[in-house]
Amino acid sequence: MPSDPLVARHVLEFPGGYTRTTGPVIGRFLSELRARRIVGVRTKEGKVLVPPLEYDPMTGEPVTGEFVEVGPAGTVTTWAFVPEPRPGHPLDRPFAWALIRLDGADTALVHAVDASDPTKVRAGMRVWPVWNDRPTGHITDIACFVPEVTEIVADVRTEYRLQAGGALRVFLRGVERGVLLGGRCDTCAKVYVPYRLTCPECGSAIPETLELPDTGTITTFAVNNLPDPRAPEVPFVSAYILLDGSDIPMIALIGDVPAHEVRQGMRVKAVWVPEHERTASMANIRWFAPTGEPDVEQP
Amino acid sequence: MGNRCAVIGVGQTRYRSRRTDVSIAGLVREAALRALEDAGLTFKDIDAVVIGKAPDLFEGVMMPESYLADALGAAGKPMMRVHTAGSVGGSTALVGASLIQGGVHERVLVVAFEKQSESNATWALSTHLPFSASLVVGAGGYFAPHIREYMRASGAPAHIGTLVAVKDRRNALRNPYAHLRIPGIDRAMVESTPMLWEPIRYLETCPSSDGACAMVLSSESAVTGTPAWVHGTAMRSEPIFRAGRDTVSPQAGKDCAADVYRQAGVSDPRRDIDVAEVYVPFSWYEPMWLENLGFAAQGEGWKLTESGATALDGDIPWNASGGVLSSNPIGASGLIRFAEAALQVRGTAGEHQVDGARTALGHAYGGGSQFFAMWIVGRDKP
Repeated sequence: MPSDPLVARHVLEFPGGYTRTTGPVIGRFLSELRARRIVGVRTKEGKVLVPPLEYDPMTGEPVTGEFVEVGPAGTVTTWAFVPEPRPGHPLDRPFAWALIRLDGADTALVHAVDASDPTKVRAGMRVWPVWNDRPTGHITDIACFVPEVTEIVADVRTEYRLQAGGALRVFLRGVERGVLLGGRCDTCAKVYVPYRLTCPECGSAIPETLELPDTGTITTFAVNNLPDPRAPEVPFVSAYILLDGSDIPMIALIGDVPAHEVRQGMRVKAVWVPEHERTASMANIRWFAPTGEPDVEQP
Repeated sequence: MGNRCAVIGVGQTRYRSRRTDVSIAGLVREAALRALEDAGLTFKDIDAVVIGKAPDLFEGVMMPESYLADALGAAGKPMMRVHTAGSVGGSTALVGASLIQGGVHERVLVVAFEKQSESNATWALSTHLPFSASLVVGAGGYFAPHIREYMRASGAPAHIGTLVAVKDRRNALRNPYAHLRIPGIDRAMVESTPMLWEPIRYLETCPSSDGACAMVLSSESAVTGTPAWVHGTAMRSEPIFRAGRDTVSPQAGKDCAADVYRQAGVSDPRRDIDVAEVYVPFSWYEPMWLENLGFAAQGEGWKLTESGATALDGDIPWNASGGVLSSNPIGASGLIRFAEAALQVRGTAGEHQVDGARTALGHAYGGGSQFFAMWIVGRDKP
């Protein structure tokens, strides 16, 4: 079409723009807007018109001349969504045109509500104005309306420097070289793993470490199906494993076997990461895997 | 047991996934003001305030009791916070009661809350510490192995958990404050939901709730309105890691029950107690606690559940309110059990009232089944 010589563009634009006298009522409204206040005018019947007019549109009577500050918040009475804004629109992203009844007003004002999709707008929603940085006395001094603040995000964060000390340090040094260290209570003779300094039953000191084998029996377990970015891929089995020679089960991951084949009483052995990958961490044990021995009968 | 103590006011909020209409302070005030209204009192009539909630990491507000003191009318009064993990609601009531029983105060306001929607409990309970293997399993993943062991050792059929899930949610339909309202819930619906932490299904699990509960506790001379009298109070704990520990039926739970029964003169709980509000966050904990609390012999709890004895029309209704399975603002969940027990013996439980309830048990547990709190309340003075 543009190449057709008989089609031409024709623009009508008065140089400098039309002037528009506001009259006393609209002029007051725009002046108040420039001062970041929203006013309406009261009719003889006592209604507050926003935006104000010089007359009551229902009766044709002059208004009283009493200006009333309204809002700044209001309630959306109805709305239409604009998925693709045009150049003359107040926002350059999807928004809603809305009729907003400002608090204290009896009529609704048309303005834009900044909402990314139609599910974010509803009749009855509370909205507040966002003011332009440089008000000039124009309806666009209100950039748009936005939903009332109902929630904030709190930047709560604590950071620690954790130092493995005491019994944990002893245990992790063992794990680093592929050994699980426990300890036997002098008084009640129970063997605890990981190694700890005192017996939780009788409070006696556990002075010496005891090397435990990396084989044991599953006492009970859960099949976890809830995915979490920090957890192993689901389904994963977390199990209580009673290491041979110990008296307290450890919680660990089970691997190399489908989840539905894991059993209470199943014999398992630790699967260690290769020696060159080892650190002082339980991550050294990839998981426990079935040994193939017969199950141990549970009491 | 000391001086007589009575519950003279109970207030609860409506429990929901997200109470977006109120702040934490607004939430606890809602419960506190209802409890005061129930007692016909105002904050002026309260001598001290005891606040309970579960770990601070749930909302990320450290020492929330300090921030909430003035919201609960505690300015110029003694105020303290209690924390015993999931049992904290129960412990909060017991700390409040001890201040009355010990003659320290005449009227104590106890309040417990949780606003779970401010973060995520599984995240807060599964902080992955350095040096350990990352097994993010939350509370469900922690309790599932112990439920599996109960099922194996007792030989309970697999549908017992389903029965509890249905029963408690049907009870919840009679409780205007309950969070989960599932009209038409039945076994097929529960069994059609996925295994989250096998053997625990989705609908055998408690919800995450926002909510608060409050009670006004009073000495005998300061009673207003309808009292529920405290007949026994007990708390126990045990180490989570201990060789030979029975994780299915912990000794601390048995000892706590024996203590509270002795104080209240209960020799056969099934016969002597009319209604029980017991902390059952996963459906299988009903038969497990039936045994731990002596309502059934070891290995027999599931038979009581299966027989319908714990239903609203059974001989020993458990969780007439819908229980933790229907509403779970964690820190408040224990206090709700204690408060619902009081409502039952006051005869003010509304549509879930158990006819003629004179003696009721309130129970809470927490941590890895390590902390227990219980009380027995009655219509008559002890």
